[in-house]
Amino acid sequence: MKKRFKLTDLDCANCAAKMEEAIKKIDGVHDATVSFMAQKMTVDADDARFDDIMKEIVAVCKKVEPDCIINL
Amino acid sequence: MNNLTRKQRKMLYRILAAAALLIAVKLLPNLFPVPRWTAIPLYLISYLIIGWDVLWKAVRNILNGQVFDENFLMALATVGAFATGEYAEAVFVMLFYQTGELFQDYAVGKSRQSIAALMDIRPDTANLELEDGSLEEVDPEDVEVGSIIVVRPGERVPLDGEVAEGVSALDTAALTGESAPRDVGPGDAVISGCVNQSGLLRVKVTKPCEESTVSKILDLVENAGEKKAASENFITRFARYYTPCVVIAATALFLLPTIALALLPASAQPAFLAGTDWTGWLHRALIFLVISCPCALVISVPLSFFGGIGGASKCGILVKGSNYLETLARTETVVFDKTGTLTQGSFTVTALHPAPGVTEDALLEAAALAESWSSHPISLSLRRAWGKDLDPGRVTDVEEIAGHGVIAKVDGKAVSAGNRRLMEKEGVQWEPCDLPGTIVHVTVEERYAGHILISDLPKPEAKTLVEGLKAAGVKTTVMLTGDTEAAAKAVARELGIDEVHAQLLPADKVERVERLLAQKSSPGAALAFVGDGINDAPVLTRADIGIAMGALGSDAAIEAADVVLMDDNPAKIAAAMRISRKTLRIVKQNIWFALGVKGAVLLLGAFGVATMWEAVFADVGVAFIAILNAMRCLHVEEFNP
Repeated sequence: MKKRFKLTDLDCANCAAKMEEAIKKIDGVHDATVSFMAQKMTVDADDARFDDIMKEIVAVCKKVEPDCIINL
Repeated sequence: MNNLTRKQRKMLYRILAAAALLIAVKLLPNLFPVPRWTAIPLYLISYLIIGWDVLWKAVRNILNGQVFDENFLMALATVGAFATGEYAEAVFVMLFYQTGELFQDYAVGKSRQSIAALMDIRPDTANLELEDGSLEEVDPEDVEVGSIIVVRPGERVPLDGEVAEGVSALDTAALTGESAPRDVGPGDAVISGCVNQSGLLRVKVTKPCEESTVSKILDLVENAGEKKAASENFITRFARYYTPCVVIAATALFLLPTIALALLPASAQPAFLAGTDWTGWLHRALIFLVISCPCALVISVPLSFFGGIGGASKCGILVKGSNYLETLARTETVVFDKTGTLTQGSFTVTALHPAPGVTEDALLEAAALAESWSSHPISLSLRRAWGKDLDPGRVTDVEEIAGHGVIAKVDGKAVSAGNRRLMEKEGVQWEPCDLPGTIVHVTVEERYAGHILISDLPKPEAKTLVEGLKAAGVKTTVMLTGDTEAAAKAVARELGIDEVHAQLLPADKVERVERLLAQKSSPGAALAFVGDGINDAPVLTRADIGIAMGALGSDAAIEAADVVLMDDNPAKIAAAMRISRKTLRIVKQNIWFALGVKGAVLLLGAFGVATMWEAVFADVGVAFIAILNAMRCLHVEEFNP
């Protein structure tokens, strides 16, 4: 399943790249992009575990860029 | 000032406060005889005013396991400067860094806004007509298919539909980049995103909001960034190694000479160590740290692509991803489908050759009447050429013979109109025609009355196309068509196309393109295929880059192609190439500029020539300039045909 989320206060392009990299490493995530320009995140992950995966994603993003909020 | 966000304004005040305090501390000893140590707490205060958030983020990120982030590097560099007694420099560097960040933030925000403004073609409301005839302003998402909406002059059409009542001109510029208005009346389709210019329209909605043209286009452009270009991926990969490498280099730059200074006796020290002490080397290492952030690259490359895609969409060219923009710039071969792409796709009567004793009018009238029951494109072109009203009552006993033509009785006289095969079948002596095109032979009462030449004319904009493509760097142009050799060659000659392959079935086209792909001069060169997207989807997907044109309202074309031209103007192909090349040029400039300056300052820093100032410039200054340069990608109006 592919879903898009808006991001608030994503301030640095390098952090966006780091977030993307970290999300891709999560088990069950097929693909992910974090667009600094569009302030958007696209996640393609396993259907069944999507909600759990999203929780993990929020956690890793908090680590990289604590100010950035994912609008679920 | 007013268009700064709250966060930015707060930062501006902090910068001003810290700068004022710094100046005050610098001037203080000249005005009052205070002891020198009083300056240190004052420096510390101004440092904390400007840099507390950087320090805080650095600590927080280390706790989160994010070591090499720019906050940490800046914190380390400035705390290091403090430790070595360079108080003023520490404050200056932090001040300059924050100012640069503010500028950068502002510039990126601005460019994001201007790209977003380009795409602001989706109206927020629709005027829904209720059962009692009154209007209610609703969210377009809540409008159901089949309901009636009212679009007043000056308003944007919110949903795709069909005119139920009213006549007006629609401005499609936002979608196609074309300024000529499109006239619509009852029964005509209207596309969301167009601006109603003159009359009130009552529109019957045919598509729900999420499937309407404007939503599809916006979706496409906004998500184009997901398909990343190779240079974007390169930069991300580069950034991953660059920062740790520079930090390791900085550590080595500090530790090795310091250890050497401590262990070796003065006489055994190499020349470059003579007269230096460990604080000097620490200072050089700190300069490395300041330069180690890859921000300029990481921001400016995607920004350039984003700008290029935004600019192209302003010209009515939708590029579905940064990678396609990159491929487009490498295109050396352009393959065209003839009908509908280079030619108008509608047939026009271009010559009348009556037999002796028959007038041109009589020839055309007989043919037009005989074909008046048919909906074949050729029949339509005959009727259009005739121009006057036809009374279908004059035509009886119509018989269409597939692959041959039509036999009918016109005013009681036997008329047949068709190709060579029909003439041979009827056993009539016919005359060949040496002009290329489709020929309709006509007989009246079994006597040859002459023939009519029908051809598919090239689009007027296509005439400068090849020239434009060659100027944009394309080497070969190829035309594929199912048409006859003679007709294809005539069009190719007129337009200046290099290579023609005629009489191809749709399946042959895929095979042709595959053969052309195999012939490419280098693996880097790309092949583009341009079609109308209706029945050439396999070819569009097979080519390195598929360009569909005239796609306004055609979902199939938008699906299959990588680049979508909103209208059917072939000159846009050349424009798309030029936009892509400009974008790629800017991307390369930014990469080389940023790497060049950073490399130079690293080198100077290692030899102790560069100061912290140059280092901060190499970091935020370069990023700022690269962002401004990237913004040029957005300005592509000059290419719009």
